[in-house]
Amino acid sequence: MKRLAFFELIVAFRFMREGLTQTLLIILGVGLGGGVIIFMSAALAGLEGNVVRRTLNFMAPIVILPSDQVARPLRGGAQDEIAAQIQPRSQQLRSIDQWQKIRDQVERTAGVVALAPVVSGPGFALRGDASRAVTITGIESESYFSVIPLDDKMVAGRAELGPTDIIIGIELGKDLGAGVGDKVRITTSAGTATTFTVGGVFDFGNKGVNAGTVYIALRSAQSLLDLVGGVSAMQVKVRDPFAAERIAEQLRAANDVKVDSWIRTNAEFFTAMAAQILTNTLIRIFVGLTVALGIASVLVVSVIQKSREIGILRAMGASREQVLRTFLIQGGFMGLAGSVLGSFIAWLFLLMFRSVARNADGTPMFIIELEPGLFAAAAAGSLLVGLLAAVVPARRAARLDPVVAIRS
Amino acid sequence: MYTLRLEGVRKSYGVGTPVETEVLHGIDFALARGEFAALIGPSGSGKSTLLNVIGLLDQPTGGHVFVEGRETGTLGDAELTQLRGRAIGFVFQHHYLLPEFTALENVMMPVLAARGRRDEEMCETAAALLDRVGLTPWRDKKATHISGGQQQRVAIARSLAMKPALVLADEPTGNLDTKSADSVFDVLRDINETSGTTFLIVTHDPRLAQRCDRIVELVDGRIVSDRPNESVVRRS
Repeated sequence: MKRLAFFELIVAFRFMREGLTQTLLIILGVGLGGGVIIFMSAALAGLEGNVVRRTLNFMAPIVILPSDQVARPLRGGAQDEIAAQIQPRSQQLRSIDQWQKIRDQVERTAGVVALAPVVSGPGFALRGDASRAVTITGIESESYFSVIPLDDKMVAGRAELGPTDIIIGIELGKDLGAGVGDKVRITTSAGTATTFTVGGVFDFGNKGVNAGTVYIALRSAQSLLDLVGGVSAMQVKVRDPFAAERIAEQLRAANDVKVDSWIRTNAEFFTAMAAQILTNTLIRIFVGLTVALGIASVLVVSVIQKSREIGILRAMGASREQVLRTFLIQGGFMGLAGSVLGSFIAWLFLLMFRSVARNADGTPMFIIELEPGLFAAAAAGSLLVGLLAAVVPARRAARLDPVVAIRS
Repeated sequence: MYTLRLEGVRKSYGVGTPVETEVLHGIDFALARGEFAALIGPSGSGKSTLLNVIGLLDQPTGGHVFVEGRETGTLGDAELTQLRGRAIGFVFQHHYLLPEFTALENVMMPVLAARGRRDEEMCETAAALLDRVGLTPWRDKKATHISGGQQQRVAIARSLAMKPALVLADEPTGNLDTKSADSVFDVLRDINETSGTTFLIVTHDPRLAQRCDRIVELVDGRIVSDRPNESVVRRS
């Protein structure tokens, strides 16, 4: 009472102090519930972020491609179709029409942070008797590295591409028995071939990409794939990866090109993630409800236990609003204190999880961070839950008839 | 100037039901400023009901209650609470101190409720009141850690915290032994004489009633006798 100044605070904290065991138990309960919610939220965000990070390591959020070639049926003079059956046309490797103009326009689009033109097509990597099917990707180092962090993924050599340099994946290197400085011959389906020198080896942490992708200079790829002056795709990096589909729709609407977003390309992952989020949200809601009911039940009991004191306070001139606020403060405090404890519990869970969930090489399986924003949200949420849980008991306390309460 | 005036006050329970019972049948009664009156009567005569109505804890079903000249029938709950806190002090048969608080804090509580926040002045006033009832050495003891007589003295000090015009005491010595009862009664009398606070004391004890200036007798919800006490005994 010496430190607290306001009537409601003084009475609320004194009531809680008198029922200390009860108060501590409910704070522990709120803490456990809050800890589970915080940990699950962090784990979900970590899992999501992890998958996103790994996927976007080797995949641009948006890829612009030439529009599909379609077969146009011949028509007779009176709109009669001559062909009875129209076969879909095979898609040739070709350049994006007026790609420089589209590039300039895309770079001005809100949310786009980088763009890299590439030439990409199928081919074979040959060394001695070994041959592997690969995707030949011709890039301009500077623009490409700003979209895909290839330079950060080098495990041998350097991420520099001269006219005869090639960067290969670690798996392909093993398959071909090639390392930095070795020669690798690249042939295309059209039969053109060039010999390159391995300048570097990358590891994206994805076996398919590591085994089936080679990088050469853009101009070399244009010559090899017979697309001189053209690009077969433009890879686009956006500020918010989750806004990729929205931006892709804008680009689709503005240009006669095919635009794929990573969200559409990885639809199955996002469906699974949505199911995970739904399940997680339901669990969090039920845990939150349990916490709220716990606080409410403790306060209902407290109102019954303290009804005589409430009656006395009312007889002495305490208003209904003061009594109401006294119990709301108790609910809010229990929620808030529980969230502090919950944050600590979540932190402990996280430490345990980090030490258990590890890859074979000892690196963490998931990168889960407890963001300050999550703690702030948990504190605000717990305060709100505490206040809402206290509404019914507080109103009950405020409505107590002093005469009946004193007699009780 | 009357501190309290009742005009035709009626109180019924179970209004509108087959078991409706009227317990106060048109009470006319007034207390002038500084009076020290006893309200006596057998159990079930309606004394506590009358005290609740006078104390604005309960609403009459008929008639008018005036506190310091203000008609209370038209007041809303918030205004009644405010008037009750400011003008009326309560001393119950049981002390009803808040066990979570010390003696000093209990005495401060009505002022704290009225002002909303603690200040040094209310602390000094509460300390002075405790001093007046002889409890300075126990001021920082929890209400549950002092004797019954001391608890009732704290309750008296608390009833005076807002400097009320009227103190209603419902069997204030009912739970005390004779010595403690006399001592508590002396305190009440002393406050009345020195500060001019009006007292209405419900008691079953004829000996204590004889120490009041006026004796009002209630039987079956009606005042059957209201007389000045000619042979008042002022000190135990």
